[in-house]
Amino acid sequence: MNAAIIGRKLGMTSLYSDDGRHIPCTVVEAGPCPVVLRRTMEKDGYAAIQIGFEEISEKKITKPRKGAFDKAGVKPTRILKEFRDPKKEYEIGQKLTVEQFAIGDLVHVSGNSKGKGFQGVMKRYNFSGVGMASHGQKDRQRHPGSVGQSSSPSRIMKGIKMAGRMGGKRVTVRNIQIVDIIPDRNLLVLKGCIPGPPNTQVEIVNN
Amino acid sequence: MNALHLVETMAVERAIASRKEKDGDNYVEIPEFKPGDTVNISVRVVEGEKERIQIFKGIVIGRRGAGINQTFLVRKISNGVGVERIFPLYSPMIQGIEVLRKGKVRRAKLFYLRGMSEKKIRQKLS
Repeated sequence: MNAAIIGRKLGMTSLYSDDGRHIPCTVVEAGPCPVVLRRTMEKDGYAAIQIGFEEISEKKITKPRKGAFDKAGVKPTRILKEFRDPKKEYEIGQKLTVEQFAIGDLVHVSGNSKGKGFQGVMKRYNFSGVGMASHGQKDRQRHPGSVGQSSSPSRIMKGIKMAGRMGGKRVTVRNIQIVDIIPDRNLLVLKGCIPGPPNTQVEIVNN
Repeated sequence: MNALHLVETMAVERAIASRKEKDGDNYVEIPEFKPGDTVNISVRVVEGEKERIQIFKGIVIGRRGAGINQTFLVRKISNGVGVERIFPLYSPMIQGIEVLRKGKVRRAKLFYLRGMSEKKIRQKLS
């Protein structure tokens, strides 16, 4: 990890590039994220930094949590997240901002995708459906088809793709280009789309 | 100002600045126009290295969207065939928009022009 930040997706808009191309982009409000804790190889067995995002009042956090923030000398934040294997030295209390990134950088963005509810296999796994409406078939245009063999093995294999809950899981989209950075408003403008509805909390990492 | 709105405003400003830089003294501001107006649109056409300007003349039959995403739909009849083209209002590929004639219409979307002859359209718009 070269640079990391936590942000909130604001929504999508577009830009025009200098050669007149239309670029769809997502605006993310990210940071400033104070470094609250450092995990080291010697003490914790792995290297990481823990950073916070979105200040909240002291009343809203539990006392043990408050202790952790007091130790770092940082104001309490709503969100705390760890990022592994920092390539740079970070000091506790240091604030990570959007200025760690540069325009043109490729970043990975993780967040919770939009929940789609209980969905069939066509939407969930891109099955093509059983097919025709005629030739003796009835009411099975969107069905999964066969899910296994006959008397041997007499059961359905584990992990067979079937209908079920879709979305609402953590998704990482890789190699998203940074189109613009507005440091005085803590904004990142990313090319294309990122997981989740507006107001989703997202992690942005540059490897 | 809402941050998303800010980015959008900046995008509009940048698109206009990009047009100003390209055209220098030939820069024309985007005029006010409405559905029903007859307009000349100068579109940049890039052919390999060269860039030239092509004119698309027609009647604006609708506008949609807001901010940087605003587009308008222009209809013309070319060799007896109706042609409709959607232009993004702030696209740097548009060199200029010229309003030739104001139309008198009561609707925001003039899709009813699609079934009409040229003569009838002329009568409708004046």
